[in-house]
Amino acid sequence: MSHWAWLIPALPAIAAVVGLFTARWMPGGPAVPAIAGTAGALGVAVAALAVVEDAPARIRESSVEWSPIGGMTLHVGTRMDGLAAVVAVMVCVVALLVQIYSTAYMAGDPRYSAYAAEVSLFTAAMLLVVVASDLFELLIGWEVMGLCSYLLIGHYWQTEGARAAAVKAFITTRIGDTGFLFGIFVLGLGAHTFDISGVTEQASSLSHTTVTAGALLLLAGVVGKSAQFPLHVWLPDAMAGPTPISALIHAATMVAAGIFLLARLYPVFVAAPVALTVLGIIACITMLGAALAALADDDLKRVLAWSTVSQLAYMAAGLAVGGWTASVYHLLAHAAFKALLFLAAGSVLRTVGTNLMSEMGGLWRAMPVTSITAAIGALALAGVPPFAGAFSKDGILAAARERGGGLGTAVFVVGLVTLAVTAAYVTRLFVRTFLGGYRGRAQLHESPLVMTGPLVLLSALVLALGLPALPHRYGVSRWLGAPPSTRSLHVGIGEVALTTLIALVSIGAVLLLHSRRPATDPVAVLGPVARPLARAFYVDEVYDTTLVRPVRALARGVVRVDSGGVDAVVVDAGRTAGFAGGALRRLQRGNIQGYLTGLVAGVLVVVISVSLAVAR
Amino acid sequence: MHLALAVVLSALLFGVGVYGVLARRNAVALLMAVELMLNAANLDLVAFDAYWRDRLHGGQVFALFLVVIAAAEVGVGLAIVLAVFRLRDTSDVDELTELAEHEPAQVADVTG
Amino acid sequence: MTGADVVFGLLGLVTFAAAVLVVTARNVIHAALWLVVSLGGLAGCYLVLTAEFVAWVQVLIYIGAVVVLMLFGAMLTRAPIGRVQELDSANRPIAALAAVATAGVLGTLVVTAFKGAYVDIHHTGIGDGRALGGAIFRYFVLPFEVASVLLLAALVGAIVLTRREI
Repeated sequence: MSHWAWLIPALPAIAAVVGLFTARWMPGGPAVPAIAGTAGALGVAVAALAVVEDAPARIRESSVEWSPIGGMTLHVGTRMDGLAAVVAVMVCVVALLVQIYSTAYMAGDPRYSAYAAEVSLFTAAMLLVVVASDLFELLIGWEVMGLCSYLLIGHYWQTEGARAAAVKAFITTRIGDTGFLFGIFVLGLGAHTFDISGVTEQASSLSHTTVTAGALLLLAGVVGKSAQFPLHVWLPDAMAGPTPISALIHAATMVAAGIFLLARLYPVFVAAPVALTVLGIIACITMLGAALAALADDDLKRVLAWSTVSQLAYMAAGLAVGGWTASVYHLLAHAAFKALLFLAAGSVLRTVGTNLMSEMGGLWRAMPVTSITAAIGALALAGVPPFAGAFSKDGILAAARERGGGLGTAVFVVGLVTLAVTAAYVTRLFVRTFLGGYRGRAQLHESPLVMTGPLVLLSALVLALGLPALPHRYGVSRWLGAPPSTRSLHVGIGEVALTTLIALVSIGAVLLLHSRRPATDPVAVLGPVARPLARAFYVDEVYDTTLVRPVRALARGVVRVDSGGVDAVVVDAGRTAGFAGGALRRLQRGNIQGYLTGLVAGVLVVVISVSLAVAR
Repeated sequence: MHLALAVVLSALLFGVGVYGVLARRNAVALLMAVELMLNAANLDLVAFDAYWRDRLHGGQVFALFLVVIAAAEVGVGLAIVLAVFRLRDTSDVDELTELAEHEPAQVADVTG
Repeated sequence: MTGADVVFGLLGLVTFAAAVLVVTARNVIHAALWLVVSLGGLAGCYLVLTAEFVAWVQVLIYIGAVVVLMLFGAMLTRAPIGRVQELDSANRPIAALAAVATAGVLGTLVVTAFKGAYVDIHHTGIGDGRALGGAIFRYFVLPFEVASVLLLAALVGAIVLTRREI
């Protein structure tokens, strides 16, 4: 398998290049190479999963040495184990469904060929991150994903919102990536290799400061890419991109890359407990804050974006308390149900023509398939069994409870509260969008099969993913191969009952509020508290005042110095020459006698000097 | 007699002539100063002719030719002054400023 | 100090003074008249130097023709007959400086060179008409002819320049 695992990222990359250059004369359009490439990668990934299945903890590695710069040896190759195979399959499935869905959603878009190629390239980059055997290889995939994210968020670049959102996403993740890069340096130089296997094996034997510094710096990259506090501000604004992109990049794959990195390099973080504590604190803040922000937002996609941030915090918190299997399981479950929710949202938006929930409502009559699949996704997000997401969340909470201590207790408590808020906001979303009476003006109809098909498939997947929580042949622990010193996934009946109860209570409360007053937003019951929630606690405004304005002022200052100081030197040299010319011009007054005087004086000087010379 | 007297007188006359050429405003007055300069040269020629006791009197002959040249020059010079006067209605040398460099029209600033 | 020295010195003084007045007179006509005096003084100097012919030619041509021509010119160009600010005030100091410098340089040069030189006026051949005529028409005929052509050219030029377009 080591010999053909590289096909997994290679096929979509080839598809991207081919699609970009042959878009004009490819029969069937640019979708053909895109779907073919992704489907091919899926096939190879499934085959890899089959091979890995018997011993998921064993690492199968194949790499070639490469020294692009003398003195530093890189390994380029693949590193397949249970985690990589499972995540690769997940990425391919979601990407394939998104590509199929996009053929209808983006029909008529003039830049569809570029879009399809960028999605293929993005898929290739994510798969590279998943199968990479070397930290720099991973970094390459990481950065290409950031580039594709920028390109795709800014797909509608004729609008100001898309342009600004793309730049914001790029810059914010870049800030995290700087820390990430230095983290790679610290760890690689400490372990004398940049190979992932080498780094993880030596993690426990490195000096305490090296490992802690490296882990904290890597955390910066995770915080940026997975949109955790304080670098979370780009994700809600990134909803300016097309909805299938939001499904692929910002729900299922790219933002999950940060969590994947944590899982991959888990031995490093275990060796640096300080980093795990910091991660846990950040996760708790993000979890609850994002859930509260989702509760008050009126934009359908933004609610889902905040939800993503909150769920990613769940996974991060899980990793912080040692629930490795539970977190990865939640990663997979979240990919399925969040992609489902986003694609359903896309179906709704395409029909209704607006993002605002205050102009939706009562769509279940006209769009039954969308409604039912969205309901399944919503229940999964709320944590109701037997859907995926229920058992994974319970696993995380169980791990937190078992760990105990300050961090464990905090994660447990905040997790429970967030669970309630999550159920509340997802119910609010469903109620405002699909129930009640229609408040808008568009013509309502169900979306075409090409779009509803993926929705149905994802619903089935969400249902199926609920099953692996059980410890049997298809149990999730079997497939992943967790590293030692992590807690295995097991959930007690008591736990499941408690969380389900909380979720059902929240759902019931919101439904009650809705039935009392069908036309108003349920969040209005919170009164004046709703305002700061809707503005996401004013974090964006704080950043604007403390960072954006001073930097802009500095940039203006630099421009002033350049045009006034540097440019001025050049311009003033010209002006000085002109001025000197003008001064010289005053000699040419036209006064003939003046000229003659000069002449006489010159002659006298010559005569005197000659006679002096001769006299000597 | 001492030669120095003659040549010193010649030098002084020449200096006065230079002053007149450079300082006078009226064109005719300027020509008069030029005459003074020519006469200074004449005096020098005659003085040296006497000093060297030239048998051919080359100095004096050349002085005569210089008189001829001066006369011709004054004739043409005054004709020019007259022509300028007809054109400009002035004989003031300061008014004849065609050689002057005038201020060019303001060129636009070439800043980035 | 012979008599010739004294006479020459006095005549030179008169010439110089008249020349200074030529260039400083405010009235052009006055300047012309002072020029007459100056040129006359020079004629006297020539006589002392035994150049008779040149002296009389000086009087005839210079005083008789050239100065008269200048007077004509002054009147034709309607030069202010009365008193008027004639001198160029701006150029005056610099012109004076240049003049003094010129005179100084020339004077110093020649005095340094010919300090003790002595003209023996008793033994020069007298430059009367006969001597000069013989010299010109025997040894300087070509320059003579060229000078006449020059006069012709000047004559034609002056007429052309002052012709009125009809």
